[in-house]
Amino acid sequence: MKLSAFVVSVLLVGSIGSKLALAGEGEVNLYSYRQPFLIQPMLEAFTKETGIKVNVVYAEKGMLERLKAEGENSPADAVLTADIGRLNDMVEAGVLQPVHSDVLEHNIPAQYRHPDGLWFGLTTRARVILASRDRVGTEEVVTYEDLADPKLKGRVCTRSGKHVYMVSLIASVIAHVGEDKAEQWLRGVKDNLARKPQGNDRAQAKAIYEGVCDVAVANTYYMGKMATNDEKPEQKEWAESVRIVFPNQDDRGTHVNVSGAAVTRSAPNRENAIRLLEFLSGDYAQELYAEQNFEYPVKAGVPLHPLVASWGNFKADTIGLADIAGYRAAASKMVDRVGYDQATGS
Amino acid sequence: METYTAGTRSAVAVRAVRRPRVSGWTAGALLVAGLIAVPLLAVIYLALAPSEDIWPHLVSTVLPRYVSTTFGLMLGVGLCTLAIGVGTAWLVTMTRFPGSRLFEVGLLLPLAMPAYIIAYVYADMLEYAGPVQGFLRQVFGWASPRDYWFPEIRSLGGAITMMSLVLYPYVYLLSRAAFLEQSVCVLEVSRTLGENPWRSFFRVALPLARPAVVVGVSLVLMETLNDFGTVDYFAVPTFTLGIYDVWLNMNSTSGAAQLAVVMLVVVLMLISAERLARRGQRYHHTSTRYRALPSVRLSGVRAVSAFLACLMPVAFGFAIPGGVLLAYAIETAPVTTGGSFIAYAVNSLTLSVGAAALAVAVGLFLAYGIRLGGGPVLRAATRFAGIGYAVPGAVLAIGVIIPFAGLDNAVDGLMRRTFGVSTGLVLSGTLFTLVFAYVVRFLALSLGTVEAGLARITIGMDGAARTLGLGPGRTLAAIHLPMMKGSILTAAILVFVDGMKELPMTMLLRPFNFDTLATYVHQFASSELLEECALGALAIVAAGILPVIALSLTIRQSRPGAKAAKSRATAATPVAIPAEP
Repeated sequence: MKLSAFVVSVLLVGSIGSKLALAGEGEVNLYSYRQPFLIQPMLEAFTKETGIKVNVVYAEKGMLERLKAEGENSPADAVLTADIGRLNDMVEAGVLQPVHSDVLEHNIPAQYRHPDGLWFGLTTRARVILASRDRVGTEEVVTYEDLADPKLKGRVCTRSGKHVYMVSLIASVIAHVGEDKAEQWLRGVKDNLARKPQGNDRAQAKAIYEGVCDVAVANTYYMGKMATNDEKPEQKEWAESVRIVFPNQDDRGTHVNVSGAAVTRSAPNRENAIRLLEFLSGDYAQELYAEQNFEYPVKAGVPLHPLVASWGNFKADTIGLADIAGYRAAASKMVDRVGYDQATGS
Repeated sequence: METYTAGTRSAVAVRAVRRPRVSGWTAGALLVAGLIAVPLLAVIYLALAPSEDIWPHLVSTVLPRYVSTTFGLMLGVGLCTLAIGVGTAWLVTMTRFPGSRLFEVGLLLPLAMPAYIIAYVYADMLEYAGPVQGFLRQVFGWASPRDYWFPEIRSLGGAITMMSLVLYPYVYLLSRAAFLEQSVCVLEVSRTLGENPWRSFFRVALPLARPAVVVGVSLVLMETLNDFGTVDYFAVPTFTLGIYDVWLNMNSTSGAAQLAVVMLVVVLMLISAERLARRGQRYHHTSTRYRALPSVRLSGVRAVSAFLACLMPVAFGFAIPGGVLLAYAIETAPVTTGGSFIAYAVNSLTLSVGAAALAVAVGLFLAYGIRLGGGPVLRAATRFAGIGYAVPGAVLAIGVIIPFAGLDNAVDGLMRRTFGVSTGLVLSGTLFTLVFAYVVRFLALSLGTVEAGLARITIGMDGAARTLGLGPGRTLAAIHLPMMKGSILTAAILVFVDGMKELPMTMLLRPFNFDTLATYVHQFASSELLEECALGALAIVAAGILPVIALSLTIRQSRPGAKAAKSRATAATPVAIPAEP
């Protein structure tokens, strides 16, 4: 019992001590939904340029609940997310504050930021169709709707319908064609699946390479990471076995999602948080995003990675991302109704 | 002799002795149990918040599947771990075969392996594009998945296999401790009465070990229930997956909390049902006479079978996945090694040691409170405080955040109003909160193990000590602690090893710039970058192995008669010598 009392007091003193140390000047505290190894280079560059230290907590789940519970006293200044859904949840929970910054408004096109400055998109990624170079004709699959066409029976692979990227894609279909038609479509895609939905987007390209299926859905940056993987050259072969189809070029355009950032309502270091966002939307960080993560920078004029550029320009779906986010719950329920993840493949 | 009797009345006299002194301990125990229960209460509070009713949708679509899958998973993992755990424990305790002493330790090793990590490794090996199927295709000339059948690893069966492989050590550890603490007399009586060793096991040893085995299996089942990593990766739709889906995709925190509460109620019902089934039965030693357990030397086919039965769990649960990780780690070592790696390891160790010390102290305090006759309220409160282990980690983390941040904000408000000073968040986002959260989550481990150990000590000992004038605290220190050293160590190591693997609570509750080995591994594992996370995963395993080995050796020596057996061996006396009291 004495030992535990000792442990308690050491921890208590230690943690309060570390707390005080955090309250120093020249810092910014970040709650991140993005993996640290993806954003570390940008944050280091920011510290180097401004002298402002960035403190990070990374968690995939529950950051919103932590922010809500901490309330006005939350130490968090800014939040980084990997998709629009989380940003929208935070807007609805009222934990963000509006920011007006000429730099941000200049760097980021209007469709990629909240009208009142509650959040800002930093990069975009397109959710495209991957088609086997050998087994799929160039005109055979050109829209998301084609994925439900009976001609693809037993030839389609995707990851779990419950993954955020799939939920967002399905939500975008609902936003465009309504729930009934979207559900019909999703049932069609399910009937075409070659196997039970599994793995991440990279695993779908691999499945095409292996001949398990002919057509898959993936985010663009996965293609970049595979095609340039010197450590695991077999992934280059996976990437080479498929071509990228930007769907729906003749109508609504390809579904895109954003990774973004926002300033929290409580932000004790508000000015530093805005500086961080401005830095992340600036040329240097945007180039890093393009170069290292194969994402599409939001800032006009920032060069794409040559590989990404080689995929060509495409027409992106311009529907408001907040509109899509509004259908996420409906999309998730639809996945349940259809039993998408229980597909056995054919 | 040990007794295995129903409804013993001999405790009546003892009760009269201990009544006057219990109130202080009971009050303290109630307070502690209440504190530990706060996060669970917070989850219930969340469940009661007004929100969209998600039940009609769930009931009409996925709920039946969640329930049947979860039930299937628990049944499968429960039976597998029971068979592997009890079977191997019996083999290494009661028989000798080539390698049996090594297996005593080796069988514990899979404990250090996080379930989701071996799920990644095996999926990589056994999926269509993996080396195993690739090899088979090459050998047999198959060209596509339609040419042959191969078990799908991403399935319920796959999940059962993965979890059984890393969870059976709970059952092994607890049943082995029970077998070791059993006195040899009952077994000899059973043999004298004409039972063969096989029947002695099923009719005497196993029933006597039941409380310990039940604790082991219920720990396994709770861990199975709260698992997210494995079932998510294998897309096996369990209740826990449903909780996360409702929370994150349907954006309904209270809907998720409602599901979690339903799960808790089911767990509580299961635990009560088991306790009801053995109500009034007592399982303890009435003797302190021990001799070395007579081990049967196996030979021939029996020795080979025993060897294989012990080898397979270690090979599949530890050696093979560990080897794969090691190969990956060697490939990528230059990329992943960094100075901060040691800092992560130190963080992991600090948290796990802190949590283990606290969880054991709390578990002992509560279990002894109940033994002192704390009454039905304390009993119920303790039972409730101990089910945090069944709750998915991230949900429990929210249950921790809400009251801690609430307290911080209340104190801050008070200080602002009275002194005009803001204290901010004092506890939220600190290591203190994190260790508290670990204790809430892992109390079941220490409580269950300690209770099983206490239950094996006859209440007559308490009576004797108290009659001689010792208070409850000194009785515990002088009588019980020495007799249950093995159980206490087991409890500490279980919490420690689970702490090393803990992920969801650490991620959400941690301070800024704070990484443990588990969170470091996770950021790569979640991107399916298995090679990059291999070194970190190995470090978790390695850090867990040393204490596990130490534990195993201590348990071997902790058997009450061990010293006597040793001295007898050195004196080479042919007659049985009664052990020291």
